[in-house]
Amino acid sequence: MSEVLSHDPTVALECRGLEKYLGEGASQVHVLRGVDLQLKRGEVVAIVGPSGCGKSTLLYLLGLLDRQDGGHIIVSGEEAPLDQDGVHTRMRCRNIGFVFQFHFLLPEFSALENVILPMRKLGVLSAKEMKDRAQSLLDEVGLGEKSMRLPSQLSGGEQQRVAIARSLANKPHVLLADEPTGNLDIKNSIRIFDLLTKVARENDQATLVVTHNPDLAQRCDRILKMEDGLIVSEERLNDAR
Amino acid sequence: MSLGGIAFGVGFFIVTLAQVSGFEEFFIQTILGTDGAVRIEDRFQSTLASVRSNSPFADNRSQRKYIEGVENPDEIIEALTAVPNVAGTSVVLKDSASIDSPLRSSRIQVYGIIASDHIGVSQLEGQIRMGSIQRFQETPTGIIIGAKVADRIKAHVGDSVIIRVGDQQNRYRVSGIFETGVSDIDKVRVFMHLGQARSLFKKPHGVSFIQVSLFDRDRAREDAETIENITSHIASAWQDREKSWLEVFRAFKITGSIMVSTIILISGLGMFNTLAMIVMEKTREIAILRSMGYTRQDISNVFLWQGAVVLVVGTILGFLLGAAITYGISSVPLRIRGIFSTDNFVVNWSIMHYVYAGVTASIIVMLSSLLPARRAARLVPGDVIRGTSS
Ligand SMILES: Nc1ncnc2c1ncn2[C@@H]1O[C@H](COP(=O)(O)OP(=O)(O)O)[C@@H](O)[C@H]1O
Ligand SMILES: [Mg+2]
Repeated sequence: MSEVLSHDPTVALECRGLEKYLGEGASQVHVLRGVDLQLKRGEVVAIVGPSGCGKSTLLYLLGLLDRQDGGHIIVSGEEAPLDQDGVHTRMRCRNIGFVFQFHFLLPEFSALENVILPMRKLGVLSAKEMKDRAQSLLDEVGLGEKSMRLPSQLSGGEQQRVAIARSLANKPHVLLADEPTGNLDIKNSIRIFDLLTKVARENDQATLVVTHNPDLAQRCDRILKMEDGLIVSEERLNDAR
Repeated sequence: MSLGGIAFGVGFFIVTLAQVSGFEEFFIQTILGTDGAVRIEDRFQSTLASVRSNSPFADNRSQRKYIEGVENPDEIIEALTAVPNVAGTSVVLKDSASIDSPLRSSRIQVYGIIASDHIGVSQLEGQIRMGSIQRFQETPTGIIIGAKVADRIKAHVGDSVIIRVGDQQNRYRVSGIFETGVSDIDKVRVFMHLGQARSLFKKPHGVSFIQVSLFDRDRAREDAETIENITSHIASAWQDREKSWLEVFRAFKITGSIMVSTIILISGLGMFNTLAMIVMEKTREIAILRSMGYTRQDISNVFLWQGAVVLVVGTILGFLLGAAITYGISSVPLRIRGIFSTDNFVVNWSIMHYVYAGVTASIIVMLSSLLPARRAARLVPGDVIRGTSS
């Protein structure tokens, strides 16, 4: 573990000096230019910024879906080693939940089965327990009645709620959401935001959410503003814990 | 599609092998049943240069001096008791003559034999189409003639014929007509009692060769070598005597296998294509599974499993198909004469054909699923997901 990084048990996710280049040769872009951030457990943080400033790229790096060109990432006190896909995969499985702009549900599986998938990989619960937990997660996102439906039989908002239930399946310490309401109307967007905030408080889980909508950002504990690969300002909101 | 292809490929692979090796086996049976596993003929004397050459590659045969025939067959038969694989021996006095019936005359090879010994080293008894071995044994002047000899001179069992050597001629009675299916044999060979042959050819001593049958035919080469060493007579194993025909069968087996392997290969390519397409279509699903914590191995296993299922089901279907067709063609009528005699397709049932077919299919199918599986496993989830969001 790097010495520059403290180990504070209230910190769920931390990064220092994160750098990332994308593209090859002449068209190479310095997308992230040394991003530092820290997320406490139970905290909901919004990232806002113009399109193309590197928000998604930052999220993928923090979620260990990609490889940084510099800097450190610590998830639940464990530093992610460079170039160890096996370790990254295990850390994702145990500690990280994702929600993307697109729901990415597996079309051949029912909502319930989609929610079971991460638990099956973790392999802690029995088949019965996994099913019960999946059902209760779907109940929680208001889809208890529709758990047997295929994704194609659900509306966009419902699909996204299934995706949220799935991201919570393994009780991650960190939830990363990249414009989770980007494809939804305002009513559905608010529901989903409220759901994310509620779950974060209940599970003592850090949530980092990218959004374009200032009203939604206002519902979070903190707002980080990104510009051109850097976090340029931070706004702590009144109702922060 | 690829499943059916694998099944057909495996099936035809088996049928091809069953058929070619069936004919091959039948041919070998014919060889062993007519001229035996090992034939001991001319005695040789090594010249000094070759008495004991240390190099196994030295061709000391070219430095030998040969003396035709076997002068002391009893001594040699005695010596053969030291070779445990020897099952039986039969001395043969062979020479050429001509046979005359009232209608026609023909050149023949006379084989002077002791009937009871010879039926122990050959299938002569079973090859007799008309007449019988008993009849031959009971008739001092009896002869058994090849089917084509009989055809040519229009002789039947019970007929009397004349065999002539130079100005010597004797009258014999046809006690049997045999058919090996090997036309070169059926058109010239005539068996008679050894004593009769001795007086016909005026050869009171010695024989032309000793025909030896073995318990384990596959050891014929080693045994022939041992026999040469202990008897100083040329001993030739069936594999060497019939090398050219056996090579033809081997070539058929190889080309046949290659041809039917292409069916499997093409099915494998089809499968590769399908799987590669699935990998492309499912990149998002693969990426999301990876983001949930599924490992590279988990992802590639999905594709390997598909390959394995196709392989197992295809191979089993192929085995059944192969066995069914093999069974089916074994009763298809097909008349062959020339190198052996059969009236229907000959097939050989061997578990090895199924093993070969299974191994070939496994290699091809595994390669066809391994490559797409590896490609799927290598996908970087971040790259895939980046391509789908704004
Ligand atoms: N494959 C790529 N090659 C070069 N540049 C890329 C590539 N993918 C994304 N980018 C650039 O990276 C920057 C950050 O992208 P992204 O993180 O998706 O931004 P955001 O999510 O904030 O809109 C953008 O300027 C984009 O043009
Ligand atoms: Mg983005």
